[in-house]
Amino acid sequence: MSTQTKTLTKKEALFEYLVRLADDRLILGHRLSEWCGHGPILEEDIALANVALDYIGHAASLYEYAVEIEGEDRHRDDLVYFRNDVEFKNLKLTELPKGDFGFTIARQFLFASFSYFLYTELSEVEDEQFAGMVKKHLKEVKYHLRHSREWVLRLGDGTEESHERIQDSIDDVWTYVGELFYQDEVDEILQEHNLAADTETFKEEWKELVVDTLEEATLEVPDFDQFMVEGSRQGLHTEHLGHLLAEMQHLRRSYPDGNWQ
Amino acid sequence: MSKESKAQEFQERIDNGETIEPKDWMPERYQKQLIRMMSQHAHSEVVGMLPEGNWITRAPSLRRKMILLSKVQDEAGHGLYLYSATETLGASRQEVLDDLLNGRAKYSSIFNYPTLSWADVAVIGWLVDGAAIINQTMLARSSYGPYSRAMVRICKEESFHKKQGYEMVAQMADGTPEQQEMIQDAVDRWWWPTLMMFGPHDEDSPNSAELIKWGVKSKTNDELRQSFVDRHVQEAHAVGLEIPDPDLEYNEETEHWEFGEIDWDEFWNVVRGNGPMNKERMKTRREAHENGKWVRKAAEEYARKQRLQKEKAS
Repeated sequence: MSTQTKTLTKKEALFEYLVRLADDRLILGHRLSEWCGHGPILEEDIALANVALDYIGHAASLYEYAVEIEGEDRHRDDLVYFRNDVEFKNLKLTELPKGDFGFTIARQFLFASFSYFLYTELSEVEDEQFAGMVKKHLKEVKYHLRHSREWVLRLGDGTEESHERIQDSIDDVWTYVGELFYQDEVDEILQEHNLAADTETFKEEWKELVVDTLEEATLEVPDFDQFMVEGSRQGLHTEHLGHLLAEMQHLRRSYPDGNWQ
Repeated sequence: MSKESKAQEFQERIDNGETIEPKDWMPERYQKQLIRMMSQHAHSEVVGMLPEGNWITRAPSLRRKMILLSKVQDEAGHGLYLYSATETLGASRQEVLDDLLNGRAKYSSIFNYPTLSWADVAVIGWLVDGAAIINQTMLARSSYGPYSRAMVRICKEESFHKKQGYEMVAQMADGTPEQQEMIQDAVDRWWWPTLMMFGPHDEDSPNSAELIKWGVKSKTNDELRQSFVDRHVQEAHAVGLEIPDPDLEYNEETEHWEFGEIDWDEFWNVVRGNGPMNKERMKTRREAHENGKWVRKAAEEYARKQRLQKEKAS
């Protein structure tokens, strides 16, 4: 555990932690929602919309709890529509454009497998409301893992073309997965109170699941020790996020006085 | 039994209010008409995802975003039921989809209009889903079992779609001046195309009489359109919105709202492919289909390999 001076209170840390979790899910849900009506088969239009809806729903509950913890009478939508790029703390992994179906699946599998371990840990935190919410969402997170894992197998061990495409996507997205395990002061403060997961505790299990799946899919596993990007939790994003937010926020910001609930 | 006596027996079953099931004998033309109607209906659900889907990423609150996403997802689900129901008549999903992508099959023309503002999402829920409910409530009593059962399920979800649409319409009509302007503009653009959804006048509708005789439909296009107008004019007035029809007038005697003549040139023009979004909608569907080809192939190949492995193991 770090011995540096803690600059955040427990309440501030929890707020930040909830917002980070929520931002990941909101932004990834946004990317998945872009598939609606454009999927490769109707069943996948339904499945991807369903996962998008789950993520946005999870984000909504997390933001709601965050503003409650903050206690400044803000609405969850204030966090969604009235923050700027650098105030968003989502991982860069989640904001990358949806790409082809292979890219969407590659990202989805890596994120969903991580979320599965994270949510399993979080369902044990010593905060009834937080743990209860996570437990409820865990069922859906398990489905996201199953859905994306099955598609990794199909694409990896499908045709030559699909094998190449999903391999390229796994390779492309790899540099963004190291950050899934990023932890800082926010995590440390909360871990002392058993209010956050310690990602180190399940890193090996996660790697095992990823390796097993990719190998079963006849894919090559990229190097876990290769260069990994950082900075998302400090608000350092790719150029893609600005465009995503411009689209997501423009209507609400154009008419801030209207009731849009 | 001769074809004529089978046909007579079939008609008697219909007249007795019996339901026709997939394995029952049915006239070829009944089967063809149903394949046409049901696949068109399925295509409409799928193409219908596009105009509203256009606004998912821009929805102005998380609540509205979730409602819209779940509504569009429902539509995909309706498409799926209806394709499955059509398969009971021997028309595979691949065949009917090919017909759509080749431009041989039609879908509801309403989806060839663009969604230009967020208020369009509200108005589609209220008017377009409102019109769909009137049509589908009738079809839930249709003589073909799989179609009528699909309609019963679909109607339940459609009534939620209409409810959320009307709630949003009411909210905007009661909102800021900009919201009021936006919602009235959307009503002005969608009212007439929605009336066209019920199809040509009865005298110009070649299929109607036959479909009624076979118990597929129980009301004519004009009857359905009238019940739509009666219901929705009241709802519009209740929230202070105007209907863009100078001839609209309540007839005390008939207790119906009388309305102006539909622009049939526009109707036929859109049906023939010249609506504002026909080409765009089809291009989007074709692109999704083309871009998904490698994925579908991979899934087939993977399934084949899995089968092979199982066979070897046993």
